[in-house]
Amino acid sequence: MLSRTAGSLYWIGRYVERAEFTARLIEATIRLDALSPRPAGQGAWDSALLVAAADYDFGLTNETRSPLNISRYLTLSASNPSSIRSCLDAARSNAKSVRTALSRDAWEAINRAWLNLRGRATTGGNQSTLSIVEAIRAETRGFEGALHRMLRNEAYAFIGLGAAIERADNTARLIDVKYHLLLPDGERVGGPIDRDQWTTILHAVSANTAYRWLYSEGLKPWLVAELLCLRKEMPRSLAASAEEVVMHLNAIGKRTGLQSEADRIARMRQSTIERTSIDTIFSQGLHEWLSATIADNGRIHQAIGAQFRFG
Amino acid sequence: MAIERAFDEIWGSSATREGRPEFAALADWISSTPPAELDRRQKAAEAAFRQLGITFAVYGEEESAERIIPFDIVPRIFTKSEWSNLSEGLVQRVEAINAFLADIYGARKILKDKIIPEELILGNPQFRPMLDGAKPPHGIFAHICGIDLVRTGPGEFWVLEDNARTPSGVSYMLENREAMLRLCPELFEMFPVQPIDSYPDSLLETLQSVAPRPAGKPVCVLLTPGHFNSAFYEHSFLADSMGIELVEAADLEVDDDMVWMRTIEGRVKVDVIYRRIDDDYIDPLVFKPDSLLGVPGLIAAYMAGNVALVNAPGTGIADDKAIYSYMPEIVKYYSGGEAKLPNVETYRCREAGALQYTLDNLDKLVVKLVDGSGGYGMLVGPTATKAQIEEFRAALIKEPQRYIAQPTLALSTVPTLTDSGVAPRHVDFRPFVLSGSKGVTITPGGLTRVALREGSLVVNSSQGGGTKDSLILAGDA
Repeated sequence: MLSRTAGSLYWIGRYVERAEFTARLIEATIRLDALSPRPAGQGAWDSALLVAAADYDFGLTNETRSPLNISRYLTLSASNPSSIRSCLDAARSNAKSVRTALSRDAWEAINRAWLNLRGRATTGGNQSTLSIVEAIRAETRGFEGALHRMLRNEAYAFIGLGAAIERADNTARLIDVKYHLLLPDGERVGGPIDRDQWTTILHAVSANTAYRWLYSEGLKPWLVAELLCLRKEMPRSLAASAEEVVMHLNAIGKRTGLQSEADRIARMRQSTIERTSIDTIFSQGLHEWLSATIADNGRIHQAIGAQFRFG
Repeated sequence: MAIERAFDEIWGSSATREGRPEFAALADWISSTPPAELDRRQKAAEAAFRQLGITFAVYGEEESAERIIPFDIVPRIFTKSEWSNLSEGLVQRVEAINAFLADIYGARKILKDKIIPEELILGNPQFRPMLDGAKPPHGIFAHICGIDLVRTGPGEFWVLEDNARTPSGVSYMLENREAMLRLCPELFEMFPVQPIDSYPDSLLETLQSVAPRPAGKPVCVLLTPGHFNSAFYEHSFLADSMGIELVEAADLEVDDDMVWMRTIEGRVKVDVIYRRIDDDYIDPLVFKPDSLLGVPGLIAAYMAGNVALVNAPGTGIADDKAIYSYMPEIVKYYSGGEAKLPNVETYRCREAGALQYTLDNLDKLVVKLVDGSGGYGMLVGPTATKAQIEEFRAALIKEPQRYIAQPTLALSTVPTLTDSGVAPRHVDFRPFVLSGSKGVTITPGGLTRVALREGSLVVNSSQGGGTKDSLILAGDA
């Protein structure tokens, strides 16, 4: 397989995953906003910008930080390289240049998602934002479905690799923002605002029910952190992502007969996470642990690009 | 205009619509199938093309303006003997083109024998002095030619243009046939039609046959400018049907005059490049230095004999419109016989007499830029406005060497589905001729382009043209 093709497939995986995550984030934020008395609602949107790593760039637009402006920035803005629209543009452009490496279903799912947003200039109010976001999520689910029916070849592995790397990054930032920045001054951990916010996080990764199945203690912040960091049965957890990265790299290595730096770091990360407990993480400091995880993830991303010569 | 006296390929004459006896069954099919039914099938074909993404981008419009080329459901048809006559003429012509290119970039006998004025070749921008002495593998320059033919009567075919650089359109030939097989299967029961689906195999064989050195299995790739190019669908379609990699310039690198492609398993040596990038952009070290589409060092690798470029660079000198008028002499010079496929009579405006004749008859002639394509820079005298004629008159006086003129031909018509039922529309025809080390192959088919506007003679897709399937019979119906 051409290195460029592999690179495009990897980025399709990343972009579609990012579009889906942003869609969920917006949905969850609208919910949190509705639950919270002001100014906590405002805080919900500010934190959404932080989670999407778009806070600084949004500041440059000189727009007021209204919920509507922020949700439009995250959904439709062409100047935000991580908006859902930009992600789908980039995913489609990559998909088009490697059309023949994708199954027809996978291509059509991306193309449909792109067509859906193409003519839109404004999200309107929360109701119509929700309907756009719902449509995007349906299309990205369609893409995931199409992927599962694809031949289990390198193309499949590279898309999966991109998605797993992106997912780890998103999940880590989501927990980090919540733990560090979200709670307004004067609110206490475990208070009503705090609880709404944790619920929101579970919503953002569609893990509400999963949490209830796995834990009977009611909503406890450290358990949510454990679920999202360490539980392999939770597909969006850091542990599951780490495992998935190793699995896809193994599959590629089996077909090409080559393994290298990316394989080594990815396996190291996987075994470190496996040996870690939530108590260790908290004693080390959750923020520090998450920052290290995000940095590791970035190193694996770099190593993958170098190993397969994405160029 | 022109319709009344034009020859219709199915009806014989569009005035009577009686049907040429050999195609009476097709004429019956046309008249007995309700236009609404034809329209339904045509729309189904177009919807399928859109879904497959058989689109082309119109330059100057944004990406959302991806369009499909209109498809016409009424096919065109050739008898077995019409086709075998055409084939003979095509083989002769393409062999002459290849001999001519080898001569021009080699000994230049044709210039020494004064068949063609020397300055017309050596001073032509399509002639590439830096490729002088090039010896492409097996001596073949133009591996893929698309020869544009027009017809004016039962046995009267003319070559309108030779395309010896990177002719496109073959994906339409193949996809149109797929659509017809699905939507009008009864036609294929009615007539014994020769299959064309072997084209990708023939193309791959041609590519493999010109590999620079005998290798177990030569590595062939298709080099595309990328997915923003208007013909990208065709590039990906062909690469996919041949099972070869579709590469962009960034995927290739030249090292020690060898070409390599970068893959996830490391570098892989490339033997044959079917390139769909124009000469000007193929190697920034030799041609346009600011080209991002090209591969630095590619021409050096080619000149060193380490890679085959399909088509070879520099073939533009053979299909230049200024050279076109000498094609009968060129064919005769290299084949030893008269050209079996005649040229359209051509006035070279660089010659004073021809210029005067052209200026005196602008309202009757077709005037073309020698380096124009796609139907741009062209005057069709009989349908032009006064202002357009005067504009061309001024341009001709200013730079006569840039123009040629030809009589306006009464191009043949083929019944075509229009808003007001089935009606005759003018067509041309582009068969694709493959030249490999084992000889010339022509897939029995081609691309028929049709001018959808009533009376129009311009078939280019950029000017409102459409396409049709072209059926070539295996025996008598």
